[in-house]
This record gives sequence, structure tokens and C-alpha cells, in this order.
Amino acid sequence: MSRSRTAWVVPTALAFGFAFLYVPILAMVAFSFNNSRLVTVWDAENSPTLKWYSALLQNQQILEAAELSLRIAVLNATGAAVLGTMVGLVLARFGAFRGRTLLSALTTAPLVMPEVITGLSLLLLFVALEQAIGWPAGRGVTTITIAHITFSMSYVAVIVQSRLSGFDDALEEAAMDLGAKPLTVFRRITLPLIFPAILSGWLLSFTLSWDDLVISQFVAGPGSTTLPMIIFSKVRLGVTPDINALATLMVLVVALGVVGSALLLQRQQKRLLRDQQLAASGD
Amino acid sequence: MGCLKPRGGQRLSTVLARLRQWRPGRGLVIAVPMGWMLLSFLAPFIIDFKISLAQVQVAIPPYTPMFEWVQDKALAIRLHWHNYAFLFTDSLYIRSYVYSLQVAAIATLFCLLLGYPMAYGIARAQPATRNLLLMLVVLPFWTSFLLRVYAWMGLLRNNGLINNALLSLGLIDTPIQMMQTDFSLYIGIVYSYLPFMILPLYTNLEKHDNTLLEAAADLGARPVTAFLRVTLPLSLPGIVAGSLLVFIPVVGEYVIPSLLGRPDQLMIGRVLSDEFFANRDWPVASAVAILMLLFLLLPIMLFQRVQQRNQAGES
Amino acid sequence: MRITGVSKRFGDFTAVDDVSLDIYKGEIFCLLGGSGCGKTTLLRMLAGFEQPSAGQLFIDGQDMAGIAPYERPVNMMFQSYALFPHMTVFGNVAFGLQQEGLPKAQIASRVADILDIVRMGEFALRKPHQLSGGQRQRVALARSLVKRPKLLLLDEPLGALDRKLREHTQFELISIQEQLGVTFVVVTHDQEEAMTLASRIGVMNRGKIVQIGTPHQIYEFPATRFVADFIGSVNLFEGQLVEDESDYVRVACSQLPVPIYVDHGVSAAPDASLWVAIRPEKITLERQQPDSTDNWARGVIRDIAYMGDMSIFVVLLPDGREVRVTAANVARKSGETFTWDDEVYLSWDASSPVVGSG
Repeated sequence: MSRSRTAWVVPTALAFGFAFLYVPILAMVAFSFNNSRLVTVWDAENSPTLKWYSALLQNQQILEAAELSLRIAVLNATGAAVLGTMVGLVLARFGAFRGRTLLSALTTAPLVMPEVITGLSLLLLFVALEQAIGWPAGRGVTTITIAHITFSMSYVAVIVQSRLSGFDDALEEAAMDLGAKPLTVFRRITLPLIFPAILSGWLLSFTLSWDDLVISQFVAGPGSTTLPMIIFSKVRLGVTPDINALATLMVLVVALGVVGSALLLQRQQKRLLRDQQLAASGD
Repeated sequence: MGCLKPRGGQRLSTVLARLRQWRPGRGLVIAVPMGWMLLSFLAPFIIDFKISLAQVQVAIPPYTPMFEWVQDKALAIRLHWHNYAFLFTDSLYIRSYVYSLQVAAIATLFCLLLGYPMAYGIARAQPATRNLLLMLVVLPFWTSFLLRVYAWMGLLRNNGLINNALLSLGLIDTPIQMMQTDFSLYIGIVYSYLPFMILPLYTNLEKHDNTLLEAAADLGARPVTAFLRVTLPLSLPGIVAGSLLVFIPVVGEYVIPSLLGRPDQLMIGRVLSDEFFANRDWPVASAVAILMLLFLLLPIMLFQRVQQRNQAGES
Repeated sequence: MRITGVSKRFGDFTAVDDVSLDIYKGEIFCLLGGSGCGKTTLLRMLAGFEQPSAGQLFIDGQDMAGIAPYERPVNMMFQSYALFPHMTVFGNVAFGLQQEGLPKAQIASRVADILDIVRMGEFALRKPHQLSGGQRQRVALARSLVKRPKLLLLDEPLGALDRKLREHTQFELISIQEQLGVTFVVVTHDQEEAMTLASRIGVMNRGKIVQIGTPHQIYEFPATRFVADFIGSVNLFEGQLVEDESDYVRVACSQLPVPIYVDHGVSAAPDASLWVAIRPEKITLERQQPDSTDNWARGVIRDIAYMGDMSIFVVLLPDGREVRVTAANVARKSGETFTWDDEVYLSWDASSPVVGSG
């Protein structure tokens, strides 16, 4: 096929797009080693330096906020994984039942709902509840976690539902045919097979919670300041290098995680391919 | 041949068998998440609506109650509709709503224009490169959203990286005002929401059968024609899903307009936040939220339909 | 198994319409029909994955109403095999026995036995993705047989295999069934498969059972036009009943120069409109016009397909109709060789045609 005149569109878009995505991150990483307070002027004689990293690690405020965010993110991810898997299972396998459209709508909406709306509404809920039954007493970790679980479980539900639709439900029927009761079927057949999906749902929920600003701002209370809230207030005041250092650390951790899991996946796929080729010659 | 009716004992065993079926467990698995979502997602909107009909007052909580027991044990229901009237008459709010919808629409378009070719390129790549490219698209998404917006601040400021580079290269004499303009706003939004456009598009494009394009070529269609008449229509569900995934949340965006947006024209998310935190006017903030919800109801329902169809299509 | 008056409706659509049949212990019963005829739905009702809208199912006298799949003495071999991808071959086969709560040692020995029977013993530790299609099928069979069910249901068991493997596996299935004595119910759309495997066939069309019989009965004595047409190839003629006696009938067909004489009686109204089916292998080609006053026709050879073991001739009748004739290529050098455009006479004997009015 002769080269079409529009063949340049896709590679250019790819190059531009990735540059667009990564230049800011790379700039931020580079300047975290900059000696000068001025984030945009490279102090060539005193850089690169690790002073912002040490300042970061000594900043009590940031460390406490990070620990709080971490705790909330873990609680949220686990709760969302459980609830989201339930929803994914129900929507993919339970067929039609009363309230199915409602459940489907309730779990799809949070995927797109603007955070200001969810945040405000949840805060109003907590306030009203506190007035009516005395719980939750003030806002803090509990309210933030509940709020986060509410939107995170939608993501888990979508991932799990996708995965379940993708594989043969004859497997579950076969297990039942062989004498396994529904709970056993779930435990021994369904769960092992959707486990990777649940895991990525967990990781996704963790990131969403760790990163969340708007909803946290609404439902947090005094004494429960999350990391994004601290970053936001610092950022509004101006651009400071210790934020760069924080950003770089986060990028590094995430990059290692993503690259690591990608490599693992690739090795698994190669082994799978090899096995299948071996098998095909066996007839 | 005799008639084989089940005897008494056998009838009992079938009844027991029916009882032992998984109905109660099944109900629980449905009820628990449903209950959670009803309480923490649906109920808040109802409360939101209720408060939007209240009047602000200096109290905790800072709004008047809707139901009040009057002296003769009668229930008085006070509904203050003036909050909504206020929103419709004050041009600040109308302009903010319109501006938000406009920004969301344009940003979605930009995301589509940049994201579609990218998704297409990734879907057509070799499997090994494809995974790498996907990883590169997703990686920024996993790092802090806030910090990435902040990174753009560093680049776009008057004494930021871009301006400094241009100045030192002698291409400009004075710094170009890029921060706190529509330009910086769009850059921030497209930057943050691009993965949301690319991923659904990629999922759709990746499933396309290559032989369709081969058939088109065989029938005499040039690559551009084949794209316009085969690939593009088939990718429509992906386009719709991606566009809604960008448009709807961007309408209510708060962080990006706060950091990169114009100070003279606010988006509605910022307005809501100001009403709530700065003015402590919960009723008006609630009314703003309810109105925003009403605008977005149709797009959200459309998104739900598309999601359901995509999920069904995968099975 | 006894099926009485079973129907299954999905909304307005009736998938299975008032089906009644008996399946005897130790036989291989085949449900044969095209897609959408309801055979798979009926099978799923036997397995317990669907509940009948009407009617009853009895296995060994026990009513299966409301009994879940995991409580029935029935096992199924799925069309896609449905092997558990995260378990080894051993794990897959042992799964059913584990649900019965048997001790480990007993499970191990029973699994080893069944794997030997299907000749997969050395693959016990492999996972499904490391097996070929034929190997997976044998594991699926082993898994469904190891629990010694009263009834084994097979859903299109040979569909995914290529032709050579299919023939080989057909005979293997029969021998395993004979060895273990399990009752098989096979669902298939492939009539060759049904004819080879089954001791009895139930032909289904649009949710109803059209005919039940042995392969011989179904082939030689189709009850309806549908069955005649569905099984094998057949030449169908329409005609009027001219003579109707208890031991013979004569049917006049407009397409043929002489009437068809059939040497057995047919129950039909006088002057009824009938169909007559004659199998291609029952027709012989001759160069000379036969002497008899019935059961021959004249035509021109329009097409010949040489299949190696036999040849298929397509003969054009004067009115434009085509008749299919097959002849085995018995002689290396045959005296009579027919070729395209030859004028030939077709003849058959009085016992070959099958007459019906349905």
C-alpha cells in the first residue's frame, strides 16, 4: 500500500502527546535538584543538590499529612475493593433482578459526577446525620474514608464487571454441575480468576484516594489534613522547591510500581504464549 | 407404565432443596452495596435539595430547618425558593454556568483531537510497543494530579521555564502572559483529562477487526476513505464514552480553574466552593449544586447507557 | 430419564414445546436438530441450569423440580469444555470428587483411573492452556465421568475438532461409554455424528420432537418430510395417490414418466397429496430403458463429483428437476463409465421409496 498523505498525523500526535504529558513532569523532577529557591532558574554552580529532599523529610506537617493520607487510602482501597467486587459480580452474573437499573445507575454516576457536587452533598449528609443520631461526631478520618469509598467502589465495579463479562460463565456452570454450591463456586473458581482485576481496582482506589483534594476538603475536619490539602495550600501561595522534591518522590514510587508490574505481566504473557505453542503441536 | 408422581418424602426434599438455594445469600450481596450507595450517594442529593430550600442563618448548622414544630404542635414547612431565583437573576451565576459548559465542551474537543490519533496509534502498534505506550499514557495518571497541574504553573508563569527559555533565545522581549488565561486553563484541563479520553478510545479501537480495513482496501478505498467510513463509525461508542468522561467532570472542575484559570471569570465549581467556604452560604451553594446536577442529568444518563452497552458488548 | 410434557418459554418465544421422551439406562441418546431447534435448551433443563416452564423431569423416578445442578446425579460436558484455567488437569478432574467430600487418597486413585481411561495420565500436572484441543476435550470428558453420574450430557462434543480427530474420537467415546456403562445424552446438529454415536436419535425441529428411532429407522423410514430432508441427502417427489392397497401403493408424479410403485401400504386419504423420498444410493444408472412400468425415469447427467470412495451424479430430468444419485466406485476399471451429458435411465426397486403425507 502506498504511503498516504495523512500518514504523518498519527506519529506526530503520538510524539506531541507524549511530550505534552511528560515535559512538565520531567521539568519538575529536574528542578527538584535545583539549589535556588527560584523554581525556574537553574542555579548551575550549586546544583544539583538534595537539600529540598532533606527539608521535605524533616517537615513534620507534610509527614503527618502523608501518613494520614496513606491510612485513609488503604482503608478506602480495601473497602472499595470489597464493595466494588460485590457490585461487579452482581451486575455481571446475577441476571435481571428488581432494582438492577437503580444499582447500575448508582454505581456508574460517581465515575463522572463532578467532585464539588459529591463533596458538598456528602458533607451535608454527615452534618444532617450528626444532628439526627449523633454520628459521625465531627468530621475526620471516618468521614473522609466513607466519602472516598463511595466513589472508589464505582471504579472497582467497572473493572470487575468488565473482567467477569470477559470470561466464560460456563466455568461457573461447570463447577456447579460438578457439585459445588454457589459460595464454593465463588471461592474456588470466580475469585481466583478475577483476582488480578480486584488487585488493579485496589491500586486504582488507593491512588484516587491518595490524590483526592476536592472531596477531602469538604468532608475533612480540623486535625485531619490530608497531603493533597497541604500541597494545595502551599501551591496557592507560590511554587516552592520542596514541592518539587515531593512530586519527584511520588513519580519515582509510582513509576517503579507501574514499570514493575508491566514487566511482570510481560513475562507472564511470554510464558503463556510459549505454553500455547507447545500445546498446539500436541494433537 | 406406571405414573411416577413424587411421593410425600420426595416432595419435602424438593421443598427443602428450594429453600437451601442461594436466595438469601444472593439478596445480601445485592443489598449491601445497594444500601451503601443509596445512603452515601443518593440520600446526600436529597438532603442537598432540602437545604437549597432553606435560608442561611448564623448558627450551626448555618441554615434554617425545613420542618419546625410550632406552638400548637403543628408542623410548619418552610421552603425558600429565593435561592434559585437568586441564581437565575444574578448574572454572575448565569455567566459562570454558561462559561463552565463552554469550557468543558471546548476542552473535550481538544482532548478528542489530540487523544484520538494517540489512541489510534497505540491500538495499531505491535503488541510489545503497545503495552509500553499504554503504560506511558497511564503513568502520569498515577502520579499526583495536583502536582502535575502545579508543574504547569512552573512552566507557564511569567518568570517560568517557557518564558525564560524564549527570552534567553531572544525570541521575545517581554514575558508572554500565559498564566491565568483561558489558554492555561485549557492546557491544564487537557493535560489532566487526556488519559480519560485515550483509554476508552483505545479499548474500542483495539477490538476492531483488521480484516475490515483489508476488505475496504480490496474494494478500492484509499486509507483515508477506509478510516472515515469504517474505523470512525465503529469507534463512535468509544468517542462518546471518552467525551462524556471528560465533559461531565470538567463542568464542575475546581482545582484547575483555581490554579490556572482566569480570576475574572469563574467556573461554576469555583463559585460553589466560594459560596460554601468563603460566604458560608450553604443554601445557595446547595442550590448551585442542584442546578449543576440538573444540567448534567442528561449527559450522565447518556453515559450510563453507553457504559451498559459497552459492558454488554464485551460479553 | 423420563421427560413428560416439558416446555420452556422465554417471554413470547417457546424454545421447547411439550416434549416427552424416555431415555433408557446405558444407551447413547442423541438430540439432533439445526440451530434454534431447542435441543440445547432441553439439555440445560436436564442439567438443571434452566427450569421448565411446564412439565416434569424424572431421573430414576425422582422428580428434578427445584433441584439445583449441584444436587443432581447428572454431569455435563460443555461445548467449550469449560476447563478451569487456574487448575491443573488433576485439579480439574478432582474438583467434582472434592465436592463429595471424599478422602484425598480415594480421590487421587479415582482421578488416576479415569485419566488412564481417557489416556491423559501423563498430563496430570499440566494446565489447560498447555494442552491441545483434543487433549482438553479428553480432560473435560474425564472430569464429567469421574463422579460416575447416572446421566452424562454432552453438548456438541465433537464440534471443535477437525475431521480426522472427530472420526477417531467418535469411536473412542463409544468404547468409553461401553466400558463404563454410563447413559449418554448427546446434543448435536451434525447428523453424521448422531448416526455414528447414537443408539437412538430424537430429531428436533422448532422446539418439538419430530421423530425418535434408531439411526436405521430414522434414515430408512423418516416420519416426516422434514426428517427425510434433514438426514442425509434425499430426492423428494410430490405426487397423487393413484392406487392404495394394503400391501402396495402407486403414486403418480408429474415429474416422472411412470408412477412410483411402493411395496408397502401407506395410511393416507384417497387422492391424497404425498411426498416420496428416494435415497441417492438406492437409484441405479442404466443406459437402456428398464422394462418395468414403474420406478424409472430418464435424464441427462449434468454433474459428476468424484469423491474417491463413491461418485455423486446430478441428473437433470426433462422438467428441469435435478436428481442426485450416488454409486460406490467398486471396480477399478468399470465397464460402464458415465460422463457428462450422457443420456441415462434412473431406476430403483419397489422397497426403496419412502412415502409420507406429513
